[in-house]
Order: sequence, then C-alpha cells, then structure tokens
Amino acid sequence: MKALCWHGPKDIRCDQVPDPRIEHPRDAIIKVTSCAICGSDLHLYDGYMPGMENGDVMGHEFMGEVVDVGPASKHALKVGERVVIPFTIICGECEQCRRGNFSVCERSNRNKDVAGKMFGHTTAGLFGYTHLTGGYPGGQAEYVRVPYADKTHIKVPSNGLSDEQVLFLGDIFPTGWQAAVQCDIQPTDTVAVWGCGPVGQMTIRSAILLGAKQVIAIDDVPERLAMAQAGGATTINFDEESVVERLNDLTGGKGPEKCIDAVGMEAHAGGSFDAVYDKVKQTLMLETDRPHVIREMMYVCRPAGTLSIPGVYGGLLDKIPFGAAMNKGLTIRMGQTHVNRWTDDLLRRIEEGQIDPSFVVTHRVDLEDGPGMYKTFRDKEDGCVKVVLTP
Amino acid sequence: MDTPSADTAHSMARGLGWFSIGLGVAEVLAPRALTRCLGMGGNEQLVRAYGLREIATGIGILSSDKPAAWIWGRVGGDALDMATLATGLQPDNPKKDNVEMALAAVAGVAALDVVCGVSLARHAGPKPRRRLTAIDYGRRSGFPKPAEQMRGAARDFEVPRDMRTPEALRPFLIGSATGLPGTGLGGAAPGTTPSN
Repeated sequence: MKALCWHGPKDIRCDQVPDPRIEHPRDAIIKVTSCAICGSDLHLYDGYMPGMENGDVMGHEFMGEVVDVGPASKHALKVGERVVIPFTIICGECEQCRRGNFSVCERSNRNKDVAGKMFGHTTAGLFGYTHLTGGYPGGQAEYVRVPYADKTHIKVPSNGLSDEQVLFLGDIFPTGWQAAVQCDIQPTDTVAVWGCGPVGQMTIRSAILLGAKQVIAIDDVPERLAMAQAGGATTINFDEESVVERLNDLTGGKGPEKCIDAVGMEAHAGGSFDAVYDKVKQTLMLETDRPHVIREMMYVCRPAGTLSIPGVYGGLLDKIPFGAAMNKGLTIRMGQTHVNRWTDDLLRRIEEGQIDPSFVVTHRVDLEDGPGMYKTFRDKEDGCVKVVLTP
Repeated sequence: MDTPSADTAHSMARGLGWFSIGLGVAEVLAPRALTRCLGMGGNEQLVRAYGLREIATGIGILSSDKPAAWIWGRVGGDALDMATLATGLQPDNPKKDNVEMALAAVAGVAALDVVCGVSLARHAGPKPRRRLTAIDYGRRSGFPKPAEQMRGAARDFEVPRDMRTPEALRPFLIGSATGLPGTGLGGAAPGTTPSN
C-alpha cells in the first residue's frame, strides 16, 4: 500500500509499504478514506521531536471504513462501518481510561519503558507519533491497523455527514474543545488564544460556543487572522502591535482571565529578544523547545487566571517565568487530548448543525502529493491552514 | 560552473556555521597557542575578539532561515583575517611559513564562503509565503449563524469536575452580579466566605 513515510527532517516520501494485518485479537484494519496533516506533524517534519525512525508511517488524524476486525473486537465493530479514529489509542480498561484520562492510558503504549524514562511514567500510544508513544504506523496511508479497536474508534452515523465534517473529531476539534473546556469559561471571561492554526481556530469557536465574553486571537498570518475573526475573535497581529499592551488594552488593564497556547514548541515571535535567544539555544542543541508563548501567557494572564496548553512540547524549556505564575496564583492545565471523552458530545453538535468543522480545510490533495503539502503547510504558503489527503 | 542546489547550499551554510563556531571557540580558548604558532605573539586579545566574531557569525548562520547575509559576513571576516595574517609575513618572522599556510587555508575557506553566498543568493528568489492577493477567509466561521449569535450556544455543556476552576479562584462577584453559581457576595456557599 501507499503511505507517507518519515525519512529524516524535512524528508517525507510517499512509499510502498507492506499492508497492515491483524496482529492482536482486539485489532481492526481500517481502509482510510480521508486523512489530514496536523500541526503537530510539523514537529516531526522539522525534526524537533525525538524518537522517529527511518520509514515510520506518518499521520494521526484519519478516518475510513472497517475492512477487518479481530475476534475480540467483533462485539464493537463490524466490517463496513464508517469510523473516525482518535489519535490517542485507548484500552478503555486501565485506571486512567476509567477516569476519562484517555491520553495517559496506561496500557496502549507498547514502548512504555522508553516513555517512562523520558516522562517519568508512560503516556498513551499514539498513531504515527514517534517510538516514545509506541511507534504505531500512522494514518497517512491506504490502510491502518488500529490496536484496541473495540475502544479506539468513533462511529460515524449514516446520516449524510461528509468525511470533512467528521474527520477532525479524531484530533483538532476535541483538542480545541478541551483547550477551552479546561479553562472553565465563565460568561465574564476574556479568553486569549495564541496561534490561529487549525487547533487555534477550533479553540476560538469552542470558546465562543462555551460563552466567553470576549475571545482574542493572536497570530501574524493575515488570512488566518481573518478566519479567526470570522469565528468571532478580536485579532492581534504580533508583527504589528505589542501583544501584551493590546491584551491589557482590551481587558481594562487587567489581562485576560484565560490564556490558551495553541502554538507549542516552535513559536515564531518576530525579533523579540527571547525568540532570538530560543532560536540560538535550539540551534546549538541547548534547548529543545521555543516556549515564547508560555512566557507571554504567564506574564500577561490576570492573577488567579488559567493557562491552558494544548500546544505540543517535547522536552526541556528554558527561562520560564515561574515566579510570575506562582505569585499570581495561576492554574495551569495541559496535556494531549482525551479525545473520546468529548466526541459523543461534539458529534451531536455537528449533527445538530451547531458547528461544521470543515470550514478549516483549505487544501485537498491526493496522498501522493502529501510530501509537498508538508512544506506548503509548514511555510504557510498559498493560504494553507489545513490539508486533507485522499489515499 | 554550476552553482550548488538550494539544499546543497543550505547544507554548506550549516557546515560553515559549525566550522565558524569551532574555530571561534578555539580562538577564544587558546589564543596564545595560535599566536605562538604564527609567530605573532602579543595579538592574543585580537585573536580572542576574532573568536567571538566567529562564534556570533556561526550562531547567526545556524539559527537563521536566510543565512546568506551571515555568510557574506563571514566573507568580510575572512578579509579581515587575511589582512591581519599579512602582517605576519615580515621576513624576520621565524614562523612565516605557518602564516603562509594559514593564509592559504583562510583563502580556501573564503572561496567556499563566496560560493555558498552566491548559491544562496541565486536560490533565494521571492518567497511564496503568501499570495500577493489576500485570500479571503472572512466568511469561514464554521457556524450556521453569525458568531455573535452563537456565543454561548454550548452553555448546556457541563464542565467535568476535574477541569473546573477551583471554587476559591472563581470571580468573586459572579454570584451576586449575574445570578450564576459562584462564591458571590450575598450568595456565598457555606464555608467559603473569607474568614481572615
């Protein structure tokens, strides 16, 4: 089958690889009908996440049709059913899964020793996202093996919803939703969202739906800011104005109550001093991440406010103003998304027409054209916000 | 002569960046050994300053998406190095041969710098980061109605207990001002009124 494979930083190729097969009774095989490039795939593309190996199949946002089911999953899945696959692989039975903390499932990461050494304890297995999270082949392919398939799926009802309307239930929509939910938004709140990429766009809409008084979106790409504005946000272009000053202006000098980092480890911050500092340290391999957004959030957030971090970080962060965070009594919530915790509710909202997540799709190409789209997406060329690939 | 491809030029730039840092570190840490080898004793502070210049240039090359300017900076530095080395070519310098070898080495690296700088400039071109005509995403709301009318449409959602704002950090006046649950004045939950 065809699949997009990682061969090193900035080297993704469409290769022929062996078809997947059932390896465990709880497995299922999915014929992929649509998949997407996620912003966090770019951390792998740029070579900032450790644990990738030559030939690894990329992709963790995908959906398709069930074509084979292992005997222990037959009670939950049938051949021919249409499913979205969450990027977090879940057993549904461990203590964390039973608490709804699916992204830290204790059983699905088959390389839990490696993850344990890196993070202290294991986190869930993820599709196509390094050997730290299990080294499972991803979904930018014609077929995928889904482990723990009886739990790791979201069934799509046969009511005419298109792939693009439901595809993002596998990652960016619940990720944006969780980012907003863990802020516990009150009707009096100003929510500031750093980053107007796909997750940022979903976060903005989630914050609006959850009733934030004011949502402020921060980026420097005009078309992304326009999309954020369409979703109800007031925008700040950080190339043109000071983020801190503008946020204080928009909140009567008090700062936003809720701050959300939808950027993560590869923040671009123009020529700010700390951005240059991070770039130099990252280049010299003295720092793994560029945490400009976290610094800015800790500084500008209103005392007793909340920081929510859906943006992906990989390792060691430098010069974090923890004194500001501690003395202001900030609450910090973060983590990979507990996808299945939210998807029943979000699917209902899509079915009811409350939101159509396909608004974010700007580029549609065949799987073979995927490698080029990585560069287009990474460089924000041609107005690219979200790429959907068809195998 | 064909110029190297864009990828080769960037790889060459990275190599020159690391070379710059390596040479700079050597100049900063061992200036006396270098000047002694060249028979140019007394120039240690100058060598140390050149080392700092090399390190800065190397970091600039490695951390920049457009390293061409830094590479041309290296070419300027090469000229300065050669001018300084030329002062060691006096007949009375017993290490004159070493100076000549150093000059040849710097000239070789300078040639590489020039090839790299020219290649980077040739492949730079206009960056197609954005279309010249702005793409209009101004109607892509994802909502069935204007965003203002969708505000709060999901207020039926109950935030899970583990993600709620701790009661002590909730807005103090929410209870009395809006009638919403909270530790508001006049509506404080038992045991939550500040006691000190």
